[in-house]
Amino acid sequence: MADAHFNAIVVGAGPAGSAAALTMAEAGLKVALIERGEFPGAKNVFGGVLYRKQIEDLIPEFWKEAPLERAIVEQRMWLLGNDSVAKFGHRNERYLDPPNCWTGLRVKFDQWFAGKAEKAGALPIYETVVTELIRENGRVVGVRTDREDGDLRADVVIVADGVNSLLGKALGAHQEWMPDQVSLAVKEMIALPKEKIQDRFNLEGDEGCTIEFIGQTAGMAGLGFLYTNQDTLSLGVGVMVSDLKKHHIKPYEVLDSIKQHPMIRRLIQGGEVKEYSGHLIPEGGFDALPPLSGDGWMLVGDAAQMVNAVHREGTNLAMLSGRLAGLTAIKAHQQGSFSAGMLKSYDDTIRASIVFKDLKKYRGMHSLMRDVDSELLFNKLPQALNDAVYQMLLVDGVTKKEKQKSAIKLLRSVAGGNMDLLRLGLKGWRAMNG
Amino acid sequence: MLHIVVCVKQVPDSREIRIDPKTNTLIRQGVPAIVNYFDLNGLEEALSLKDRFGARVTVVSMGPPSADKALKQCVSMGADEGVLVSDRAFAGADTLATSYVIALTVQKVEEVWGPVDMVFCGKQTLDGDTGQVGPGVACRLDLEQLTYVEKIEQLDEKRREIVVHRHLEDGIERVKAKLPVLMTAVAELNKPRRASLPGVLRAAEYKPIVWTTNDFANLDRAQIGLKGSPTIVGKTWVPEQKKIDTQMIGLDKGIESAATDLIGQLFSTELPAKLGWA
Repeated sequence: MADAHFNAIVVGAGPAGSAAALTMAEAGLKVALIERGEFPGAKNVFGGVLYRKQIEDLIPEFWKEAPLERAIVEQRMWLLGNDSVAKFGHRNERYLDPPNCWTGLRVKFDQWFAGKAEKAGALPIYETVVTELIRENGRVVGVRTDREDGDLRADVVIVADGVNSLLGKALGAHQEWMPDQVSLAVKEMIALPKEKIQDRFNLEGDEGCTIEFIGQTAGMAGLGFLYTNQDTLSLGVGVMVSDLKKHHIKPYEVLDSIKQHPMIRRLIQGGEVKEYSGHLIPEGGFDALPPLSGDGWMLVGDAAQMVNAVHREGTNLAMLSGRLAGLTAIKAHQQGSFSAGMLKSYDDTIRASIVFKDLKKYRGMHSLMRDVDSELLFNKLPQALNDAVYQMLLVDGVTKKEKQKSAIKLLRSVAGGNMDLLRLGLKGWRAMNG
Repeated sequence: MLHIVVCVKQVPDSREIRIDPKTNTLIRQGVPAIVNYFDLNGLEEALSLKDRFGARVTVVSMGPPSADKALKQCVSMGADEGVLVSDRAFAGADTLATSYVIALTVQKVEEVWGPVDMVFCGKQTLDGDTGQVGPGVACRLDLEQLTYVEKIEQLDEKRREIVVHRHLEDGIERVKAKLPVLMTAVAELNKPRRASLPGVLRAAEYKPIVWTTNDFANLDRAQIGLKGSPTIVGKTWVPEQKKIDTQMIGLDKGIESAATDLIGQLFSTELPAKLGWA
């Protein structure tokens, strides 16, 4: 294709890629948006929460037209025991106006979002796989696709091809991930009548609720989630791949056993499983961040491992990184240079952004998960906490002082003694605070 | 140069169709729209004739404005032009009214781009399954009609003759016909191509031509849309799934014995008599 030259090629029409394409197309750049799926969203999976802030920065008041499910007014955190649960949570009417976040379905949302980029002028090239980057003199000058006459050239290539980023690996930007740097998440969409969902989760109208839960993941490092959509529930669990490997357990087996848990079972009862999906989540955090740009290329979203696992934020960081990469490309276009030195300013804006700062805060989380026994953190401690709460609330003639003492004793013995409990607490604190 | 018209219809993807158990109608909502499979076989044949002999390929479709996506797909594969015949007045058409509008469209295509040598249709659509529109168009335009074409054996441009194989239930029929002809394509005809990247780029910027009722000079409004459709659907229902008894025949006595056993069982039914074997 000698006659088709683009200012930018974006590989991958997920949240990061579409945000980049939208930003550049709006500024008048000639953009090609390439997606391997039949349509954007066809190949994408996420737990299901979309945050307002980063989308609003791209499309003001988008919630009036975007396909969203429910506005989250309540977030619950559950620690599951065998047949019990200890709960924390927060509900606030202030989360409604303006909404803080929504549940969403990627198949609908990604199509809509990419559609915005298309309307702004980005050229959609779907059902097309980029097989490699075309490089000349060490500079990325375009992409090779799996279609006939499939070469396409551009000033800059924005790589948004997701967690497994084959192009990122080809660039040498990131190494093959380690099993302790990714989680494998599996998810079921369970259909239930709207009224049932509203009753069971104490919701009105378009209000929504999220539940994340720890415990009952067969002693593996993992986090479960149950989100309310309009007339479906998203129930899933993400488990660290290194633990899955060690325990020889398949992720859907974990999900199946969670579905039988008395606290979960009653919420999904009578529902019909509509969809089953699985995906990798990059959870290496700050230390897994690859170099973000080079001569003629930039790396965004999951491809750059930008996920804050602690706060289950990913799509929003993806969109922000896509927008920042787009802005850098606009600047580069104005100055007529897409050199490594020029594109380095994308790295700088990321460094100054919430992506970098939040990931840095939780920098130690990855090593905490890697080094501390998963069985202790994700099974024994939640169970011990449930047992302790049970004893505290049980009126059986034992004095409260005695009860408190034995509760602390229980937690201490599970953690392996006073010092170990203290050390674990300290490690946890450090992991959460960079 | 040959001028080939390909008729296509945008249909709900039959792989994802569900039926509403209460109303017995198709649930079209949320089902992706695709180009009818057999129409793509027609398009592929037109494109491969274009590759071999040189031809102009015009694709026509009747449908809502969103059907322009189907035409763009055809252009991405290599069609020269796509025409969407779209108007609320055309809605609710049965096969009679549809064939009337498509026939008029082919005539108008001739007026705009010159005489048509061949028209391709799919043998039937995935959503209607009637297989009547192709023959209907042929009748209205007085074209030679070649249905269920599975192979074009020969095309002689000078003599304006074509030899095709028709896929029939009890065999293959080899037919010679004079151009212009209308052919309906079966899946065996070819394997539709994947668009090249330049094709996809062209399609992404391509805007199909849209014709409304106002674009047809001698349109008889009594023959289009719901008004022009005498078909009445009396009843629709979902056939109950028949339970079939399955019996395993062991191979412990050898394959020949198992085969003899099978044939014996087959001939103990009414099937061979029905098929005229016995």
